[in-house]
Amino acid sequence: MKVVLQNLTKIYPSRNKKTDSDVIAVNDFSFEIASGDLVGLLGPSGCGKSTALNLICGLQSPTSGSIFFDEDDVTAVPPERRGVGVVFQNYALYPHLTVKENILFPLQNLKGPDKIPKQDMLNRANEVAGLVQIAGLMERKPSELSGGQQQRVAIARALVKMPRILLLDEPFSNLDARLRLQTREELRRIQRQTQITTVFVTHDQEEAMSISDTIIVMRDGKIEQIGKPQQVYDNPANLFVASFLGTPPINVFEGHVANGSAYIGNEAVISGINAENQQVYIGIRPEGFILNRQGPLKCELSRVEAMGRDISIVSKHSASASSIVRSICSESDISFESEQVCFSLKPEKVFLFSKETEERITSA
Amino acid sequence: MEKNNNKGWLYLLPAIAFLGLFMVYPLIDVSIYSIEEGYNSASQSFFGVGLYNYSYVLHDPYFLQALKNTFILVAITVPVSTSIALLISLGLNSITKLKVMYQTIFFLPYVTNTLAVGLVFMILFNKTAYTDGFANLIINYFGGSSVDFINGPYWAKMFVLCFYTVWVVMPFKVLTLTSALASVNQQYYDAAKIDSASKLRTFTKITLPMISPIVFYLVITGFIGAFKAYGDAVALFGTDLNAAEMNTIVGYICDMLYGNSGGYPSYASAGAIILFVIVLTITCLNLLISKKHVYY
Amino acid sequence: MANQSSFEKLNKTANAKKKAANAIIYALLSFWAVMILFPFYWMLLTSIKSYSSYNSEFKPMLYTLKPTIDNYKLAFTAVPLSRYFMNTLIFTISATSLMLAITVFSAYAFAKLNFKGKSFAFTLFLALMMIPNELVIVTNFVTITNLGMRNTYLGLVLPSIASVFYIYLLKENFEQIPAELYYAAKVDGTSDLAYLFKVMIPICKPTIFTIAILKAIECWNSYVWPRLITDDANYFVVSNGIQEIRENGFGRENIPAMMAAVVVISVPLIILYFIFRKSIMEGVAHGGTKG
Repeated sequence: MKVVLQNLTKIYPSRNKKTDSDVIAVNDFSFEIASGDLVGLLGPSGCGKSTALNLICGLQSPTSGSIFFDEDDVTAVPPERRGVGVVFQNYALYPHLTVKENILFPLQNLKGPDKIPKQDMLNRANEVAGLVQIAGLMERKPSELSGGQQQRVAIARALVKMPRILLLDEPFSNLDARLRLQTREELRRIQRQTQITTVFVTHDQEEAMSISDTIIVMRDGKIEQIGKPQQVYDNPANLFVASFLGTPPINVFEGHVANGSAYIGNEAVISGINAENQQVYIGIRPEGFILNRQGPLKCELSRVEAMGRDISIVSKHSASASSIVRSICSESDISFESEQVCFSLKPEKVFLFSKETEERITSA
Repeated sequence: MEKNNNKGWLYLLPAIAFLGLFMVYPLIDVSIYSIEEGYNSASQSFFGVGLYNYSYVLHDPYFLQALKNTFILVAITVPVSTSIALLISLGLNSITKLKVMYQTIFFLPYVTNTLAVGLVFMILFNKTAYTDGFANLIINYFGGSSVDFINGPYWAKMFVLCFYTVWVVMPFKVLTLTSALASVNQQYYDAAKIDSASKLRTFTKITLPMISPIVFYLVITGFIGAFKAYGDAVALFGTDLNAAEMNTIVGYICDMLYGNSGGYPSYASAGAIILFVIVLTITCLNLLISKKHVYY
Repeated sequence: MANQSSFEKLNKTANAKKKAANAIIYALLSFWAVMILFPFYWMLLTSIKSYSSYNSEFKPMLYTLKPTIDNYKLAFTAVPLSRYFMNTLIFTISATSLMLAITVFSAYAFAKLNFKGKSFAFTLFLALMMIPNELVIVTNFVTITNLGMRNTYLGLVLPSIASVFYIYLLKENFEQIPAELYYAAKVDGTSDLAYLFKVMIPICKPTIFTIAILKAIECWNSYVWPRLITDDANYFVVSNGIQEIRENGFGRENIPAMMAAVVVISVPLIILYFIFRKSIMEGVAHGGTKG
């Protein structure tokens, strides 16, 4: 099912009219989620992504704008009639009910024409339990399960009523690192298998990048960029998106454009730029550096870290926005006796942003 | 902390002394009293040892009356007050405006002198030669005829006693339930909403199980409190509760110790131990039942 | 568009339902509020009605046009109300402060000191929590009588100054203070006693205060023990006093004067309540019971 948000806005009125201003948690959201997509809603904490999720599932109602599920306007429809499945951050499993009772709970709430016979309920519960691989845990209480198992139960409970859309709020944040990797593959598999349009909220860009069909990057209630993960990574719309995505993060330098070349200090690091002369931020992905003794970018070498296949070179540069410049190179034939390290750059890994607006100017 | 000396006992000394004298010793002593037959407080002598005191108390019509009154009081006030308190707490938890004001008012009876306000209740319900009282005014308004609640028929008196008891125990229950309800995580309600649970189902399947330990705690303390009822009855019907047929077990014990028929610590002890056994039994029964129904 | 309007309709009925539910809730709450407040109103009202006007109302009036304070004068002159008041005050203050001292020391021993037999002693203390007061009043009555302390303040106060429950409450609070503070104090050469008074008590002031307030309320309203231990009106506390007034006071029928006395007795605690509402309610929610 397709989900369309049109000019969706949510404003929290201020508590104290005199001192606070209203908080705009979600500002003029418009986007479309294609049917069957797995969408990662990504942003730093406090950017309004959870509010956006609550607006989609109906727990909160928007100040203005509308939400469509396919052709239906569901803006005014209460959550229980939207046909959404939600996995809450702390799972919200009912602690006094067994796993089976938890999964059956939504089905038992069906009324009128939607009501289904008891045996069918059980069959469906068993079916989703099998899908998320918890069939052996049906008689346990949530407190007797590990974090990962609780997560699966929560997903099963959300899926059992065959929702039109599945929403997950920070689904992996309560799991330890190893389980996190495993669970996100699991989510990917379940989503592929069920083909349910799925939206999940996360602050972890790696998580979003690794399993999403589409990511939506948010900041301060606004959408910064929407696209396929690789596409957003390769073509960030602005400095924020460029720095938010990628580990290690992008290196940002202050520089300027003059006569078709980008300068850091007095060195032209990239040429052939189609932009007016101006002050810019130059973002260079760590993998965009090439060790080159004649290279234009001269940095002060701090240390070299081995990463297995690659090496990571940590250096300093006076124009860098952060205290270190981190580059990842595959060559290892580098002599480190000098205190200086010189790079040339891969143009496709270098992005220029206007110093004023922080918007992307052009790719080099 | 590592140092292991006996200075700790010094700090505990006052507590141990007073608890020993006024709690532990009486515990043993009261058991002994209760089996000393024919104890005379003036000469401090007794005839023999046996269960006669218990038999006397259990055959004493005043005690049986007190026992009956106490059981009726418990059976009515505990369920009534707990369910009304639950209703009020649910109401309190679903509003935001004026919530603090209502809470403040509802808690007021907790800090009032039971005897003093009981007197007001007595006056509200009393029917004398000069006036039928306020309660009867309302009954008359709805077409009923006046009832003497204080000196009249047994059930009228029992009604007032139960009514006043509920009034007195309500603040504690409302306060406790309100904070229990407020501590249920909002996420469960959100989840229930997404799962299309109706209001009633959310209440019976989620809210009630989640607060069941507190409800159970209130029922137990309610039972214990109601079994110890005395002051409320005195406030309403005066100190001569036997004459008013409104005595309670604690009242009987006090009367046996000191009062119009006083001076029989043996009988009082037997009564006290019977009370203790009843309370203990009911508490254990409650615990057994709760094992099955209370979620922890 | 048809869809849109049906949604609006749905929204409207939902809103109407919510409003109706709210109205019912507020009606219920207000009803109970009236039930609570009415007795207080009635005692105030009756206390300012004159004796003659009260007795002439066969149908009680819900208001009065001629308020009088004569009843209050009578309450303080015809019966020893101020005497009862003073007794209660002495009883409450001495019982509360003695109880606090004992509680603080015991809680400190259990929470922070290490000594042989501590856990055994604590288990014993907890077991005592289950013993109802009613079980021990018989012997206490005899003990106090034998000590010749009937009709004395000591007799009133002594049996109730060691409270296992409050010791337990304060011990829990003391234990939340990190042990590092204790070690730091030790390194600085602070004695156990100085540590208790300079660190523990100031930090746990709110709990201690709550305990004091709860105990004070308990004392002010206690009836059974004072009734047993005092038969001399010079040592009556307000609870006995009110009973005495009722049975032998202004003459059985002088209800307005009686109500004036009831008002006077109720007011101190109500004032205390309005000042310390938050800490009282938090303290009770934490584990108080009535009776």
